[in-house]
Amino acid sequence: MNNLEFTVLVGLGSFMAGFLGALTGLGGGVVLVPLLALVFKVDIRYAVGASLVSVIATSSGAAVAYLKEGFSNIRIGMFLEVATTVGALFGAFLATKVSTSAIGAVFGIVLIYSGYLSSRTLVDPPPDKQQPDPLATRLGMNGVYPSLNGPKSYFVHRVPLGFGLMFGAGGLSGLLGIGSGAVKVLAMDHAMGIPFKVSTTTSNFMIGVTAAASAGVYLSRGYVDPGLAMPVMLGVLAGSLSGARVLARTKTKQLRWVFGAVIVALGVEMIYGAFTGKL
Amino acid sequence: MFRKSDWTDQKIEVIIANLLRAGVTLAAMVVFTGGVIFLMRHGKEPAGYHVFTGEPSNLRNWRGIVHAAFALRARGIIQLGLLMLIATPVARVAFSVFAFVLERDWLYVGVASFVLLVLFYSLLGSAM
Repeated sequence: MNNLEFTVLVGLGSFMAGFLGALTGLGGGVVLVPLLALVFKVDIRYAVGASLVSVIATSSGAAVAYLKEGFSNIRIGMFLEVATTVGALFGAFLATKVSTSAIGAVFGIVLIYSGYLSSRTLVDPPPDKQQPDPLATRLGMNGVYPSLNGPKSYFVHRVPLGFGLMFGAGGLSGLLGIGSGAVKVLAMDHAMGIPFKVSTTTSNFMIGVTAAASAGVYLSRGYVDPGLAMPVMLGVLAGSLSGARVLARTKTKQLRWVFGAVIVALGVEMIYGAFTGKL
Repeated sequence: MFRKSDWTDQKIEVIIANLLRAGVTLAAMVVFTGGVIFLMRHGKEPAGYHVFTGEPSNLRNWRGIVHAAFALRARGIIQLGLLMLIATPVARVAFSVFAFVLERDWLYVGVASFVLLVLFYSLLGSAM
């Protein structure tokens, strides 16, 4: 395959990944690395580098669209970014130390877990938990978001647990070159009891900053190849922006199921590839 | 120059979102331009990403990248676009520090400054 053919095919594949990622809310990054590594036989280190760069593009590019539909909390986001950026640095350094099959195996587990998450619908925390928490109050994290029944206030809980989970999310992001959006939303939703509308948007805001923290390490280790990152970044960006546009007009439940199944299958394939030494 | 009441969280968010979009648009245009040149010059050459060799040292740090881009080397131009992309969230955090100063929220000036420091460490410490 020559560079032109490779660019067109990878660009199309990345567009599809970004498109489906935006439609299902699962993010395109999680299928990009398996796509590049398994289908295009790209070394997993180049794949992870290109994926990480595209994660920054989608997160930043979608920020304006997210503003209209959600309500991010910049204090929660900034505070938790302390955990995700430090975690991302650790993850990126770890990525340069461990074998490619180890990265492949961890990636497979994360894929299967993300696929499982996609089959569940996240619900807002029950009202009995709606009491202020002293630490969260001191950190100015409690907020208000507009709902159908007028402005609704929310209280943030279990800040240390959320902070710890975010460190893990950052580590995974740095190790695997993904946004870890699913883990981030889970930490804010389940651990900290933040309403879904607020956590999704805040998570998107955090993904770009987290990825930027490991991007420096990737760049200096030579993981970011311009010839590969170019079609991946442009494809994912165009795909996710188009996906966000048609989002309002589509029923996404079945699509989430299909995409979730594809993710699980890719996860199994990654683990198989890791143990047979094909990655 | 700015009154405190002019700076609400909502307003800051709108400015940040537009800042991010502008950064990504600019970076994508630079990457696209470099990509067109790359394919015109090297489109017929075989693509090889199966074996990891790592990038040449001049495409691993910002001085080398800027130098290669201004020498109109295609891969250098793409890498410069990617560098601009990575810088976008950094600019966002830097702006947040500034916004928290205007809000007189010193706790979060500290929090945002720490995040900014981690980003600088990653980008300048390792990619210098």
